[in-house]
Amino acid sequence: MRNLWQGRKIPLSWLLLSRQPVRLLVALAGISFAGILMFMQLGFRDGLFDASVTVHRLFDADLVLISPRSASSIRMAGFPRRRLVQTLADPDVEGVSPVHWGLMLWRNPETRLNRAILALGFNPDDPFFLDPGLSQKTEVLKQKGRILFDQLSRPEFGPIADWYREGRTVETEIAGNRIRVEGLVSLGTSFGADGNLLTSTETFLDLSPQKPRGSIEVGLIRLRPGSDPQQVVERLQLRLPDDVKVLTKQGFIEFEKNYWKSGTSIGFIFTLGAAMGFVVGCVIVYQVLYTDVSDHLPEYATLMAMGHRLSHLLGVVVREGFYLAVMGYVPAYLAGQGLYWFVRDATSLPVGMNATRALTVGGMILVMCMLSALLAMRRLVDADPAEIF
Amino acid sequence: MAAVEIDSLSHAFGQGDMLRTVLQNISLRIDSGEVVLLTGPSGCGKTTLLTLIGALRTVQQGRVNVLGERLDGAGRRRRQQVRRRIGMIFQGHNLLRCLTAEQNVQMGADLLPGLGYRARRDEARHWLRSVGLEDQMGKLPHDLSGGQKQRVAIARALAAHPQLLLADEPTAALDGATGREVVELLRRLAREQDCAVLIVTHDPRILDVADRILRMEDGSLLPPVE
Repeated sequence: MRNLWQGRKIPLSWLLLSRQPVRLLVALAGISFAGILMFMQLGFRDGLFDASVTVHRLFDADLVLISPRSASSIRMAGFPRRRLVQTLADPDVEGVSPVHWGLMLWRNPETRLNRAILALGFNPDDPFFLDPGLSQKTEVLKQKGRILFDQLSRPEFGPIADWYREGRTVETEIAGNRIRVEGLVSLGTSFGADGNLLTSTETFLDLSPQKPRGSIEVGLIRLRPGSDPQQVVERLQLRLPDDVKVLTKQGFIEFEKNYWKSGTSIGFIFTLGAAMGFVVGCVIVYQVLYTDVSDHLPEYATLMAMGHRLSHLLGVVVREGFYLAVMGYVPAYLAGQGLYWFVRDATSLPVGMNATRALTVGGMILVMCMLSALLAMRRLVDADPAEIF
Repeated sequence: MAAVEIDSLSHAFGQGDMLRTVLQNISLRIDSGEVVLLTGPSGCGKTTLLTLIGALRTVQQGRVNVLGERLDGAGRRRRQQVRRRIGMIFQGHNLLRCLTAEQNVQMGADLLPGLGYRARRDEARHWLRSVGLEDQMGKLPHDLSGGQKQRVAIARALAAHPQLLLADEPTAALDGATGREVVELLRRLAREQDCAVLIVTHDPRILDVADRILRMEDGSLLPPVE
């Protein structure tokens, strides 16, 4: 440590940057801007993907059965209900809950316009939600034609929550069947569904008569404590026919996210946005470092003439790039936090800072600055100490 | 020992039809501790000769021996190492604008091997005192006068303990009295260090500081006038 301190040199890179505060500020503003852009784009992307699984997360399940023909939450195919019952043969399986899952056309009771809503049908005696408050409300669904309405649904479905709270009897139609709102729940909207409703299996099947009776869309499986979900998945997949797919709960969430990531251009658009931020940042840092090197070329040449090594001078440029990266990242991170807060507040999208993204953007900024430093160095190699006489 | 020994050195710029010979068959010798002035009309090749001695260019033809190292056929790395032992003072002062006077001198002292930071800083301060700038150490080049800047440049060149000092028109940007002062200082300090000095100049007012004057014309050395 002492040797390091004794061996230290004049902090030339730092002085080159700091003695031109205006240029430094412009550079930092540019880098931060690029960082903020990346934080925003990646944050939106991840936030939107997270938003696509708001309902999936609510389930109290370890494993999930779906049909291999299901593409996403908006196109769930059915599979035979007995497959779910068959899983009970596995010693690690504690309980199962069949779930009907599908989009239905909801008539707005105010405007009489139809709009697709995500409906979940299940046995009201066997609610499978992680939130116990939610499970208590399902009692009212035992009567036919009753539903629970998601008050976080978009306003296009009508002022259901307001009417309900005012004590009015809220009734409307789904596929020609009269239904009554018997309570409010809070689930949240997602990509696929602008609104949600919960109902009993009987009501669900009445509302969608075209669905075969013995068929369900989602089978939830709860395992005994201490069992390894991954092992059970493999066992079940082997034992069950090909007409079902066994997923862990996380796998079910990933299945949905993957559809939006790869099946739509959303991921591409936001990744492209982040890439744009990266490129813009590169251009700015390169511009700053290149001008810096060009401006100081006679001075660098002087140092070379004095006998300083080229590698030492290249090190000066690299360090400049590094300092720029670090100093530009801090404001970008703070502004990112602020913007995430703002977006959460304004759109209720689950956008937030996480370690992976903080590191990704930090890494991108570092790469951006180092890349620019490397390019700017080419100018330095041109410095001919013989020219300064 | 001779600080500089040159034998039939020739140098040309350009290629083919554009080939222009700037130095022709130059031989000279500078002993350590000697102060030599090189004069001649502009364009006669003085600066080229200086850059060759300063190990800033590759030698094309002839033999050049500087501080016991052969420069003909020496690669980039070898020349860089020879340069560490040569102090250079440029026409423009060429100080680093972002460094204070003290830090500029320390960039020279930093070339000394095996010295701690504090020792190198003390070295820098010592040389600034020697050139009479103890009150200006914390100033940026921007805030110094022309004479002061050139004195910082001298301190920087000497801080690396060179055995040979090369100066290219050190008085060009200075008025007569200041230029004279600077060259006197240069000579005194070099003497104390037993350092050979080669000054390229066409300033007639400083010719008398030299032990010996070399005259050049059209790329050749003129015979010495006794």
